[in-house]
Amino acid sequence: MDLDLSAPHSLGTTIIGVTYDGGVVLGADSRTSTGMYVANRASDKITQLTDNVYICRSGSAADSQVISDYVRYFLHQHTIQLGQPSTVKVAANLVRLLSYQNKNMLQMGIIVGGWDKYEGGQIYSVPLGGTILKQPFAIGGSGSSYLYGFFDQAWKEGMSKDEAEKLVVKAVSLAIARDGASGGVVRTVTINADGVTKNFYSGDSLPLWHEELEPHNSLLDILSSSSPEPMST
Amino acid sequence: MSSIGTGYDLSVTTFSPDGRVFQIEYAAKAVDNSGTVIGIKCKDGIVMGVEKLISSKMMLAGSNRRIHAVHRHSGMAVAGLAADGRQIVARAKSEATSYERVYGDPIPVKELADHVASYVHLCTLYWWLRPFGCGIILGGYDRDGPQLYTIEPSGISYRYFGAAIGKGRQAAKTEIEKLKLSEMTCREGIIEVAKIIYGVHDEAKDKAFELEMSWVCDESNRQHQKVPDDLLEEAKAAAKAALEEMDAD
Repeated sequence: MDLDLSAPHSLGTTIIGVTYDGGVVLGADSRTSTGMYVANRASDKITQLTDNVYICRSGSAADSQVISDYVRYFLHQHTIQLGQPSTVKVAANLVRLLSYQNKNMLQMGIIVGGWDKYEGGQIYSVPLGGTILKQPFAIGGSGSSYLYGFFDQAWKEGMSKDEAEKLVVKAVSLAIARDGASGGVVRTVTINADGVTKNFYSGDSLPLWHEELEPHNSLLDILSSSSPEPMST
Repeated sequence: MSSIGTGYDLSVTTFSPDGRVFQIEYAAKAVDNSGTVIGIKCKDGIVMGVEKLISSKMMLAGSNRRIHAVHRHSGMAVAGLAADGRQIVARAKSEATSYERVYGDPIPVKELADHVASYVHLCTLYWWLRPFGCGIILGGYDRDGPQLYTIEPSGISYRYFGAAIGKGRQAAKTEIEKLKLSEMTCREGIIEVAKIIYGVHDEAKDKAFELEMSWVCDESNRQHQKVPDDLLEEAKAAAKAALEEMDAD
């Protein structure tokens, strides 16, 4: 099958945002694909808007990057005028206005997550058409299809920061196992009253799930166990 | 009291040699000659009151409102030229709704005051516009609590816990300073505002007046509204009684 290298870069993706008691944890995989080719296997899909608000991007990489640039710019001006950090709700509303008003031209799903002093940690989902929905947790991207049942069972209200982070990493890892358009490493960003913490989980540090094989350098290592002599001409 | 700005007071774009813009000062006179408007910040909200001077006995009670709602959470009391005030209120309403449309949250009272002050100031910058001849007391309740601002014809805006503009402002300010506002609820504040307005009204110079009051507090669910009729009557009665007591001395 021919690789279509001029296909638009798409964030195949698994993105997740989860609230916990005191803040939010955002998580994502790191695969950016151009058709079947992995254009970037270590991308950072969690983008900063302000000191206290980050977003997870899915869908068209270009669209989500441009929109985050606009919103970052508007929020910066707003913060200066207000004299204090913007709230998460305002950031999410700006994202959804741009998303809704340009719905014919854009293809992206965004999860907005952050912390402010009025409402604490909040997650807002802004999917394809420009809806805005505040949720205790949100999942998005092609890999999220495999996580609905998982979250139904594993999610609970009022988790601790560590529980929330472990849940996010496990979920992204499960989605990577099943979704071809998700892969690479797992990045998380935790936002609370104390600030922002970013974490990185390399691909080989993630657990193996059902029918996943241990990585090998080469199959020849397994095959050559019966005939140790190298083949002669 | 006032100096004559001969020659330097013809246009709002002319400074006098001592750095004053006389047109703006004259605009402020329009405010000083109007009925008293006061506002106080109690511990759970804001109360505003207006001494609405009635020019004709044939006017319907409750008409010619001087206090206007700008948004669910805030209201403005206007002193000075009423028509100018209408314009400012319309602008404030439009600022508030467009802020909410873009940012998804009701406009913070501080932002609203800044926007209105900017607009008033704008009209002092061009020779083909005249300054607004009205002073505004803006009271609102947002997530940072109840706040009270005044906006003068010059475009300056200040935040207060007690403010008075108009004819009886000096006497009103003296009375307000005596109050312990941080311990007062709005229910109690209503009575005090009524007493002050009745107190500063000059029976000799002006004939009749109507007391108009509004509040925005925890009791009104943080919505700006007219003070309920029963409380208003209670306040009026208390104010009249206080006056009689003073006269009796």
